[in-house]
Amino acid sequence: MSTEIKQRGSLELTMRRLISDRAGMVSMLFIIALVAVAVGADAIAALTGHSATAQFLNTGLTPTGLPVPPNGEFLFGTDQLGRDVLVRLAHGARISLAIGVVASLLAAIIGVTVGLVAGYFGGWIDVVLGRLMDLVMSIPVLLCMLSLVAVFGPSVSLSLTVIVFFSWTTMGRVIRGQVLSLREREFVVASRSMGAGHLSIMFTDILPNLGAPIIIYTTMMVPTSIIFEATLSFLGLGIVPPAPSWGGMLAEAANNSIYMFAWWLVLFPGLALLFTTLSFNILGDALRDALDPASMRHRAPKKKKKSVRAAS
Amino acid sequence: MISFVASRIGFAALVLVMLSGFVFTLFFVAPGDPARIVAGERATEAQVAMVRENLGLDRPIVEQYFSFVGRSLSGDLGYSYRNQQPVLDLIKNRMPATISLCVGAVVLWLMMGIPIGIMSARRPGSLADRIGQGFVLIGVSFPSFVLGMAALYFLYFVPRQAGFTLFPPGGYRPFLDNPGLWAWHLMLPWFTLAFTSAAIYARLTRGQLLEVLGEDYIRTARAKGLSERKVVYKHGVRSIFAPLTTQLGADIAALLGGALVTEQVFGLQGIGSLAVQSVQTLDRPVIIGVVLLAGFFIVIANLIVDFLYILLDPRIRT
Repeated sequence: MSTEIKQRGSLELTMRRLISDRAGMVSMLFIIALVAVAVGADAIAALTGHSATAQFLNTGLTPTGLPVPPNGEFLFGTDQLGRDVLVRLAHGARISLAIGVVASLLAAIIGVTVGLVAGYFGGWIDVVLGRLMDLVMSIPVLLCMLSLVAVFGPSVSLSLTVIVFFSWTTMGRVIRGQVLSLREREFVVASRSMGAGHLSIMFTDILPNLGAPIIIYTTMMVPTSIIFEATLSFLGLGIVPPAPSWGGMLAEAANNSIYMFAWWLVLFPGLALLFTTLSFNILGDALRDALDPASMRHRAPKKKKKSVRAAS
Repeated sequence: MISFVASRIGFAALVLVMLSGFVFTLFFVAPGDPARIVAGERATEAQVAMVRENLGLDRPIVEQYFSFVGRSLSGDLGYSYRNQQPVLDLIKNRMPATISLCVGAVVLWLMMGIPIGIMSARRPGSLADRIGQGFVLIGVSFPSFVLGMAALYFLYFVPRQAGFTLFPPGGYRPFLDNPGLWAWHLMLPWFTLAFTSAAIYARLTRGQLLEVLGEDYIRTARAKGLSERKVVYKHGVRSIFAPLTTQLGADIAALLGGALVTEQVFGLQGIGSLAVQSVQTLDRPVIIGVVLLAGFFIVIANLIVDFLYILLDPRIRT
């Protein structure tokens, strides 16, 4: 009897761990479906024959001018202006995903760069950048956003800028901490002894070792950015109506407490928002377990102790 | 320790200077003429010029900044463009609601988060831990305004339709008038504001406690025959207070943002809703006043947390 022994690469092992995580896979499927809905938002509009901003005064409102509950024509009902909630929801997915992903990527780039520089050079550079991160973290974000909107008016680019500006610090701290221990390692010393420059060491030796935290924390930043954008739109500081966004739809539902009599105005955008953030958070957890098996959530910390000591 | 205290105070001052500079610059590079807004659309050029002079808007910017900082420090935050009331009075009127909301929410999230975290950490992987972890996941994913609207729907509207009032729909009742009514009106807002943070604190408590419970001194405590209860609560939990305090300090700035959203959902007449209203009416002195005063409170609260940290972690004292 011969059993074939197969060598598995790091990537294959990671993928196997990821695929065996059921919750993570369900989340991934949800996210893929959501991306499909966002991309196909115009197709959904064409299928139903309702555009995102069209008002259906005859079929979309009751004779007394109230929103219509879910029915054959409007699967998710209509809003207070007689617009199709389903179509608006699909278009809102675009905004949420686009801002969530773009803001996270930009914030990740800034955070990784700052963390890399601070951790690698240390000394006064580290102190200055550390203080800068402290400073950004102690600014009341929403109040700053309020004053910016008061002056420049609400817009997508302003929302994006503010979200990025206030969310790169978490990544910066994580990366800085990792680089602090990485830069003392033998392969860095070896590289340096062969005459490699700072940039080369930072980007060819240290950066590739940061793949796991970068992927994990970027994924974790997406739901935070999505909630951030939705909150801004909810307060009337983000996406400008009539352009559909989930936060804006919820704000319109909250206006005059109309959702008390039209539950579908909160249920669908609320669930869309909740499931999206939940999926990204679960996926982030799954990615952490797959990429960094040492930090398994359910494991007691017996084995971790030594490494924690060494890092601190 | 003295250098630690001095550096924290210096940092606090720096935050305030930058915040005031940011707000002031924004106000002056702003498109739109504040004098025109105050005077109204139909005012003549001469009237606008008079308003400009009255508000001191015709003087050099640097001079305006210093007189603005000087006035702010002496408690004069100017007058609302809209109703000519002193900004400080407007803010003072709104303060009780916001302070009640924030303090209550912090107490509630500590009371929810820490016990859930301890429960999770005592038996990692158990059913209790999984429920705790589920709570954390949902908590960090739930946008607070969606939670607030759901709470209003199920705990106010549905019982109301059934013919009784479980919770009021919102509004603020002064504490001194009737503490019971005060708490009853704030119950849903407290819960809404506390939910996400409770989840974050549960996660933090669990992580910290798990780490600490693996330490040698815990093994020693167990070895000398202490009950598991005493090991966890006397030796373990003690050591999580320092990291929790740090987190609390970092959360104070975010707390005000959360309060702003919660006030909007529940119609609480607090500082947050004052800020949102001022943005809608372009009432700049009020916006500046709110941002400055809120920034001041955040910085002071952060300082208090820093000093608390010295008390909790004797290692810094040397």
